[in-house]
Amino acid sequence: MEVAVPPFEVFYERHKDEVMAFLGRRLGRERAEDAFQETFLRALRAYHRLDHGEHLRAWALTIASRIVLDDFRRRRPAGVTNAAEMPELATRDARPAYEELAPLTDGLPQKERAAVVLRYGYGLSYDEIGAALGSTGSAARQAASAGVRRLRKEQT
Amino acid sequence: MTISPSLDERFRAAAAAEGLLDVAYDVFEDTPVGPLLVGVTDHGVCRISYDPDPERELEELARLHGPRVLRSARPVDRLHRELDEYFAGRRRHFDLEPDIRVVPEFNRRVLEELARVEYGETTTYGALAARSGSPHAARAVGTVMNRNPVPIVLPCHRVIGASGKLVGYGGGLERKVMLLRLEGAIL
Repeated sequence: MEVAVPPFEVFYERHKDEVMAFLGRRLGRERAEDAFQETFLRALRAYHRLDHGEHLRAWALTIASRIVLDDFRRRRPAGVTNAAEMPELATRDARPAYEELAPLTDGLPQKERAAVVLRYGYGLSYDEIGAALGSTGSAARQAASAGVRRLRKEQT
Repeated sequence: MTISPSLDERFRAAAAAEGLLDVAYDVFEDTPVGPLLVGVTDHGVCRISYDPDPERELEELARLHGPRVLRSARPVDRLHRELDEYFAGRRRHFDLEPDIRVVPEFNRRVLEELARVEYGETTTYGALAARSGSPHAARAVGTVMNRNPVPIVLPCHRVIGASGKLVGYGGGLERKVMLLRLEGAIL
């Protein structure tokens, strides 16, 4: 049976401390505060479109990860990307959100990796994934299929 | 890492200010009738609950109005003020509209009639049934009063038995007596 989407208050209370801890580690206390608000506002903007209440922790941490990435990009001169300095997704946190697919998807670009994991690891809809990534459902679909194509190429 | 109360408040205010909530709610702890859980939508007051069990209330609000239910003080400010004035005897009429869009049609008709019963007056279940166009539905009207989602603002405490007995009240008879005394409808 599917888990119903809980009232947002319940979702927020359940995950706010962990999201803040995650953001604090990546960004430091001060920048984490803005990122915290943006994470939950982004979640709220998509919340009424969720199909079910499963894997909401992974969803919340993914949104937070994307906001960390956005923050890093904003602070980095255009064109410079150094993968080693990019913040990690929730994978390597104390309680990994993506443990099963992590070894397989580690080599993917961040966005494709998030889309693949949320789609095939957690079965979220493309709308939900789009919301988590700060884009649209169709962009999420493209990212997921690009990720899968890349994985196939790497396998052969 | 826990979040500071000011960050928490800031997020809750921002969520409401952006118009992202289906229901903003809060609990008013100190009212003369005990703690009240109140909920508001963009259309008005959708919930006033005596002796609230928040977990159950939130589930119910989410089911009726949508899952974006969040505690947020600012949207319920005005209701807080109006209730304070009412309990202090300085307000006889609520300016905030009740939001009863999700109430079934018969109930809504009865509640709309109920809204016309003035401060300090009482009516009977039978009279309210008649005015709602269902003269034989006094008992059903009693049930509608019992399920009134916004007591006080929609004054089901002003509805009593034909014999003059107070009969019953969703929030308990004591509160009905208290509200009617406050309004000077009974001694």
